[in-house]
Amino acid sequence: MKQTSITPELCRPLSPARTVFNYGMTTIAFLLSGLALLPLLAILLEILRQGVPGLKWEVLTNLPAPVGMEGVPNGFANAIVGTLIMVGIASLISIPVGILTAIYLAEFSQGKAIAQLIRFVVTVLSGVPSIVVGVFAYAVVVLTVKGFSALAGGFALSIIMLPIVILATEEALKLVPTSLRLASSALGASRFQTVFRVTIATALPGITTGVLLAVARASGETAPLLFTALFSQNWFEGLTSPTASLSVMIYNYASSAYAEQNKLAWSASVILVGIVLFVNIASRIVTSNRFKNR
Amino acid sequence: MTASPEPAKKSISRDMLQGVNLTGQEGNHSLVDQGFTWLVQGVSVSVVVILGWMSWVIFGQARPAIEQFGLGFLWTQNWDVNELVFGALPYIYGTLVSSAIALFIALPIGLAVAIVTSESFLPPWLRSPIAFIVELIAAIPSVIVGLWGIFVLIPFLQPIQQWLFQHFSWIPIFNSEPAGPSMLIAGIILAIMILPTIAAISRDVLIAIPKELRSASASLGATPWETTFRVLLPSAISGILGAAMLGLGRALGETMAVTMVIGNSDQISLSLLDPGNTIPALLANQFAEASDGLHIGALMYLALILFALTLIVNMIAIVMVKFLSANGQS
Amino acid sequence: MQFSFHDSAINASSTSDLIPALRVKDLAFYYGSQKAIESVSMDIYQGQVTAIIGPSGCGKSTFLKALNRISELEGVVRVEGQVEFFGQDIYSRQVNLNRLRRQIGMVFQKPNPFPSSIYDNVAYGVRVFSRPNRVSLDETVESALRSAALWNEVKDNLSKSALGLSGGQQQRLCIARALAVKPKILLMDEPCSALDPIATMKIEELIDSLRHELTIAIVTHNMQQASRVSQYTAFFSTDESRIGQLVEFGATTQIFMAASQSRTRDYVQGRFG
Repeated sequence: MKQTSITPELCRPLSPARTVFNYGMTTIAFLLSGLALLPLLAILLEILRQGVPGLKWEVLTNLPAPVGMEGVPNGFANAIVGTLIMVGIASLISIPVGILTAIYLAEFSQGKAIAQLIRFVVTVLSGVPSIVVGVFAYAVVVLTVKGFSALAGGFALSIIMLPIVILATEEALKLVPTSLRLASSALGASRFQTVFRVTIATALPGITTGVLLAVARASGETAPLLFTALFSQNWFEGLTSPTASLSVMIYNYASSAYAEQNKLAWSASVILVGIVLFVNIASRIVTSNRFKNR
Repeated sequence: MTASPEPAKKSISRDMLQGVNLTGQEGNHSLVDQGFTWLVQGVSVSVVVILGWMSWVIFGQARPAIEQFGLGFLWTQNWDVNELVFGALPYIYGTLVSSAIALFIALPIGLAVAIVTSESFLPPWLRSPIAFIVELIAAIPSVIVGLWGIFVLIPFLQPIQQWLFQHFSWIPIFNSEPAGPSMLIAGIILAIMILPTIAAISRDVLIAIPKELRSASASLGATPWETTFRVLLPSAISGILGAAMLGLGRALGETMAVTMVIGNSDQISLSLLDPGNTIPALLANQFAEASDGLHIGALMYLALILFALTLIVNMIAIVMVKFLSANGQS
Repeated sequence: MQFSFHDSAINASSTSDLIPALRVKDLAFYYGSQKAIESVSMDIYQGQVTAIIGPSGCGKSTFLKALNRISELEGVVRVEGQVEFFGQDIYSRQVNLNRLRRQIGMVFQKPNPFPSSIYDNVAYGVRVFSRPNRVSLDETVESALRSAALWNEVKDNLSKSALGLSGGQQQRLCIARALAVKPKILLMDEPCSALDPIATMKIEELIDSLRHELTIAIVTHNMQQASRVSQYTAFFSTDESRIGQLVEFGATTQIFMAASQSRTRDYVQGRFG
């Protein structure tokens, strides 16, 4: 009886408008979020459905067969080799340059204006469309040596990788506690020794993660390779020759009228998406563990 | 005030200081340090130089076309490789329209994801995985999204495009018989690709808002949605707009997936059900075969336009997101 | 240690004359599966200031946040026992959380004005519940700011950002914001812990003047403050179990001068905590 008499106010529901607004927004937000999850699931499902059945050993070890020929082993081994070589070249350039730049930003710059500028430029660089990077590599390498080449492709990919390596490495270096650096300096270590023996060593898991993410990203890039490395039906013929890659192969074969080429495109997608998902999920686990331990 | 200075002074005897050289260059320490400092500085500056180099090279290559066509290039619409007459309007139009469609679709969805994964509508153990799965779309190579677009998305959306045409053809934007690839589908696929950018950055911005503001609002009787609309979104507005701008920057430059589903038509059409073309798609299609200097120049001119456009959009975006993170501390 | 007491505290009315605004019966409170406080029974009397004191980690803040169920924002919580607001169980299923919190307002440790104008801050709670016309809203804002002793300082700058105010002014703005929705009870969670002594003094004066309009419960780690502003005091503490308990509750003069529990005496005389 007390309950009803003294404060019935507390039990009155909100006004109809507010109630409708709250339930309505919840419904809309959850529907839209569900919609956001759909594409990834749909893409993965389709890759598994279309790509995995065709992913046989012969596909990984043979050259593309001429179209329309039956009973000839068909594959994209040259594209795998090409992607490995070009991502390798890109890594050779971007990893040292990227890590040194990150060391400067995290360890040497101490809030100087130039460091702010570099950080800003790196962020802008990460937003430059990959096709523009391809155009740049075309102008710098292809037009100069008068030909499409693995070198040009690797150069283009290195510019894609560079900002990713720099930003991830700087993040990892910033997570190293200052006290470790002070401790190292207090023991008489030089700056160089402190950076390499203490800071980099401590941040290594984070740096590795960042580098792997950059490698995964570069493996899937297509636009920068289209008119730098071009494509090739043959095995790798040297750094200055047109070179096949998985991504350009998927592009070429996706719009092909031949079903077996479409199938090869799906199978190559399994490999690329496999690499990308593995690296992303692994890095997620590594980073979240690091946060837990802190 | 426990130890008097006397014994401390005494304890550092002359003997102990012997062999300690505070000024000397032990080994090559300072030489190595000096060299290393120069090295990291030099390398860092070279990274800045890349951006300038890029602008310079592309501008230099575009010059023949700039001199030939001038600014009229931006609003003429004839692209004839044989006659060497080039106008960029259809590609600029297509780039802007497809990106606008993408933003129109991705912004509300991205915001919904950001709110659902940052506020307390779901238990915490569920929020991060959902955010992660949405962000994972960004990792899928563009060419594979395009492959999926050709074989799954276009067949799936074609009946919907037909339906739009049949029932809404009186609206100019649906006023053409769809043939599969279209500006609309390019916009949708772009929306899928920029969704993670918008969702992730908006989420970060929302999470950075002090939780005291949420308690203050709740203690005044506001529901979570009222708090979201009256306190959180207004506080986060510059960060969210920054996220949208970053998404826009990504959409403008996105190449492969768009090239594969847009239909590559050089006609400007008001109808979104018609095929179209974008700057990146044209570059992807023509660069490898371009041989004439003026053709290459015109393509470079297009690349320069795209470069400048994305540069401006991204710089504004970065400033907006940074501005908020500096502001959100208070 | 010396304490000065509020006049009304010295001759605190006998509890039989007082109406409990909140009556807490054998309350236990869990964050997830972690028990934070247990077996708390006390009244918060209408028109009085009740101070809640105790060493850090004793659950005094948790207790306060259980009184308007704001703790439910911080995760899954579980409650045993009862909290009655003028006879109504606030943890009953029928209770509408938003209406409950409107009746039982709160001021937090750190001033937390919204990043909007002074006017909009104060008007916020009113606007959430209704669409007031401009005139009546202006009146509400003015009277809330006057009650919070802030009106004279801000009346010419109502449209300026609240973030431009000093810490003490921000905290009084938060009090005005809470008052604007005319709550029956105001919960204050260490409202002065982030403020300098002068700002603290102003808030204490304010608390005293507000006592005639509504009921106040204030958590504080400052025992002088408790003795200065309150008529009733609850002392919370904890033992090895790390679960907060109510050790003693009574008139402030009694708690500070003649506590019945030795733990209370030790604490108020500064021997631990």
